[in-house]
Amino acid sequence: MAEVDTGGGKKVSTKVDMTPMVDLAFLLITFFMLTTTFSKPKAMEVNMPDKVKDPIDDVIKVKASLTTTFVLGEKDIIYYYSGVDNPEVRQTDYSDGGLRKVVLSDIKSKVAQFGNDPIYIIKASKDSRYKNVVDMLDEMAIAGNYVVVYNGQERKTKLSYAMVDITKDDEELIEKAKGGPTAAPAAAPAQ
Amino acid sequence: MNRKSVSLDMTAMCDMAFLLLNFFILTAQFKPEEPVTVITPSSVSDVPVPQTNLMTITIDKNGRIFFGVEGQFVRDKMVRDMAGKYQVGLTEAQIKEFSLTSTFGSDIRQLGAYLDLSATERQKLTNNGVPCDTANKGENNQLRDWIAFARYANMPNPMRIAIKGDNDANAESIKRVIATLQDQNINKFNLVTGLEAKPDLSLFR
Repeated sequence: MAEVDTGGGKKVSTKVDMTPMVDLAFLLITFFMLTTTFSKPKAMEVNMPDKVKDPIDDVIKVKASLTTTFVLGEKDIIYYYSGVDNPEVRQTDYSDGGLRKVVLSDIKSKVAQFGNDPIYIIKASKDSRYKNVVDMLDEMAIAGNYVVVYNGQERKTKLSYAMVDITKDDEELIEKAKGGPTAAPAAAPAQ
Repeated sequence: MNRKSVSLDMTAMCDMAFLLLNFFILTAQFKPEEPVTVITPSSVSDVPVPQTNLMTITIDKNGRIFFGVEGQFVRDKMVRDMAGKYQVGLTEAQIKEFSLTSTFGSDIRQLGAYLDLSATERQKLTNNGVPCDTANKGENNQLRDWIAFARYANMPNPMRIAIKGDNDANAESIKRVIATLQDQNINKFNLVTGLEAKPDLSLFR
């Protein structure tokens, strides 16, 4: 019964055919590779001001000249204007040569002119989409790393920005600016 | 003539294959099934989304809101409190199903029927979502109540909040969610984004 057939003195090979085992192993590897997610989602932290008091009101009373309002419009267009009294509304888009150039050159000129960093007010219109909001907030975060030169000294910008609700006045301004002669020519992408 | 054998020694290959297999099995984290697919925008932020004590508010491109909380026991307690407030009868089986569902999107009044559906049937719904009506001081704002009960159920640990919006979701729907949060004095939250490379600002000097 429990005899091993030694095949008449010849030794039986101890080698096992591993091909199916390897096949199976690679099949499983493929499965786990494809189901694993390596790129974990990232989070952008947002701190909103307390609802009790509107800090923007105070800011505008103090330095309207430092503010620029960005209205996120339809079809990925941004309308922006400086100050509050009869401002000239311009348009731009979310590309590097558009919004980034506008923001950074604005920081540069405000710092050179007033020695202070600008204050940005972000207003999302009802036609804008969520991507626009995130892109805008991201642009602010990027601009926070911008190095400006003031009085011959280099320093990082200390940008203040806030997201507030759009007002009737803004909507009228935008309506007037649409297709108007104030539309800025598309900025060339920075090289 | 002496024929050469065509069989190779596969031991080394087999070793390597199983080593890789072990690695992938141990690092695998299965994605929980979600009732809706959203494509998030990207940002330069590289802070990872926290994995624990987290509630996720998902907003799809049609503005539907889905709500999810980490932790089976938290979900169990939360749904009981919520059903109590709205006087909705849920069976024990439905509550069990709820505690195993990572993300849901339904009016509390139809939650029972929603939970009876299979995961694939839920994905086919088009008119669902957690109601988030900020009118009338948020009287009918169910999202607010879910958030409040989730935070209560997770005591004493503080909850972190992630908003996961679709690229094409209207800004209004996001603002409504943020207003709901601010209504409860939650002024700090995370927006879930993909990662994109930090731009070189020296080009703009």
